[in-house]
Amino acid sequence: MRSDGSQSAPLGLKIAATCGLLFLHLPILLIFVYAFTTEEKSFVWPPPGLTTQWFAVTWNRPDVWQALSLSVRVAAISTAIALVLGTLCSAAVSRTKFFGRETISLLVILPIALPGIITGIALRSAFSLADIPFSFWTIVLGHATFCVVVVYNNAVARFRRTSGSMIEASMDLGADGFQTFRHVVLPNIATALLAGGMLAFALSFDEVIVTTFTAGQQQTLPIWMLEELIRPRQRPVTNVVAMVVMLVTLLPILAAYYLTRDGDQIAGSGK
Amino acid sequence: MSLDAAMPRAKAPAILPGSGGLRGALSDLFWRKPKVLLLLMLLPPVLWLGIVYIGSLFALLAQSFFSIDEFSGLINRQFTLKTYGDLFQAANLDIILRTVTMAALVTLASAVIAFPIAYYAARYARGRWKALFYLGIMLPLWSSYLVKIYAWKLILAKEGILTWLLAKLHLLWVLDAWLSLPIVGGNSLSVSFTGTFIVFVYVWLPFMILPVQAALERVPGNLVEASSDLGASPGQTFRNVLFPLALPGIVAGSIFTFSLTLGDYIIPQIIGTSRLFIGQAVYSQQGTAGNIPLAAAFTVVPIVIMGFYLWGAKRMGAFDAL
Repeated sequence: MRSDGSQSAPLGLKIAATCGLLFLHLPILLIFVYAFTTEEKSFVWPPPGLTTQWFAVTWNRPDVWQALSLSVRVAAISTAIALVLGTLCSAAVSRTKFFGRETISLLVILPIALPGIITGIALRSAFSLADIPFSFWTIVLGHATFCVVVVYNNAVARFRRTSGSMIEASMDLGADGFQTFRHVVLPNIATALLAGGMLAFALSFDEVIVTTFTAGQQQTLPIWMLEELIRPRQRPVTNVVAMVVMLVTLLPILAAYYLTRDGDQIAGSGK
Repeated sequence: MSLDAAMPRAKAPAILPGSGGLRGALSDLFWRKPKVLLLLMLLPPVLWLGIVYIGSLFALLAQSFFSIDEFSGLINRQFTLKTYGDLFQAANLDIILRTVTMAALVTLASAVIAFPIAYYAARYARGRWKALFYLGIMLPLWSSYLVKIYAWKLILAKEGILTWLLAKLHLLWVLDAWLSLPIVGGNSLSVSFTGTFIVFVYVWLPFMILPVQAALERVPGNLVEASSDLGASPGQTFRNVLFPLALPGIVAGSIFTFSLTLGDYIIPQIIGTSRLFIGQAVYSQQGTAGNIPLAAAFTVVPIVIMGFYLWGAKRMGAFDAL
């Protein structure tokens, strides 16, 4: 009667798993405490006092706002490009079997499978060979390239679950290709696209390694953060920004999880 | 045909007229020639990835065969193997060896820490707990990379929480003894290889847990029970049943932990010593030194290492576990 899977785990395993999860989560919680510390010069623990004044200071910092706005614009446009390219690619790969199908999947996954520094330096050397100056668009070019895979993975998983006979039925009933796409295909894959889009946004919003190679003088929020980590100017402001970044990236992840949790493949299992 | 007779005669024509116009014509074309639609769907993503990404990779490869003029600092766009000659100097080989050792250690440690979490999530967590475990692994995976590193800077700082905790437990002497060791020690944890190692393990751990969990989900529970019914101790069951079945998952996870450690340049820059890793060498060669050819040659090293690694992993069946 033990194969119903309800027996409890050995104590050692419980302790090891709990310790592992605590190891993953406690450092993140610490960020929330440090955002309220009164200490300015060091990372002293325990915090000598708690205050909310640094939120106001951060709010009035134009450099933070500029970096945030650049990050949001880059993430929005990269996500839009990734949504179009990823959907097209996943539709082609899951609808039909054709020569070179495996190669296409590999091509989509490669930008995220190779370390970020390779993508970064590759783009950097291509810009240098082609004499392309750094701009907003060079950042978008890099981000869209590695965001495609997130949308692609989500859409492919959904296409696998929707049956092709619905499309045939729609066509049999007299709808043309565009009507079928609008009224049959799109409603079926909408939540998967939304989840993929949100993950792509989070991925782009947080990206730093590729961005350092493609940004030139501009600062996205992660680049701003990196500068502060290397040469700290006002530590409490960094603490507050760190907490806000944490919250901004967590919300889309939770939303994407709830959008796709009923499926066999939940969004986000491949970053 | 008898079927024909049984069916009531429909008034509507058997074949609908085309909806007309450009839209109808296009729709008909896609229906009659699915290959055209396929081509149109594939063209934008393939062009984008082919030109932007594969093109850039070739540009990178091409750069590694150029050389830099030592006097003018200009890049000489002529085929040469001189840059690869520079790559195999003792100092650079040191950097490569250091990075590969770190990547191997990080992979090993992640596997050890990941296994109990993955096993618990795969075998014992049910319903609500299963979802909680899933989010518990997914949130750290997706939360901001830089903020995670920053959190560890706070923890490992000399005045930070770890020192405070050890002082409360009267264990400071352990930390001091560890820091006084040669290679792994340093002034404080945040400027030592130990610190770099801890942060690497922390940041890449979720990438190891997920494939191991996926592999363990596929192990039927009664296999473990059969093993213990036949008299195996828990240790023997682990060695002879669980571990071999989880191995493809561990290898799949190690692809991530190994590859990501090889290419990272931010973690050792923020938490670590002044001795370089491959990523940092690439970054400084292309940035301050302006030597893009050498930087390009340096990135070929992780590509080649990962090539061999993936080849080995494929032979072990790791891709089925992804």
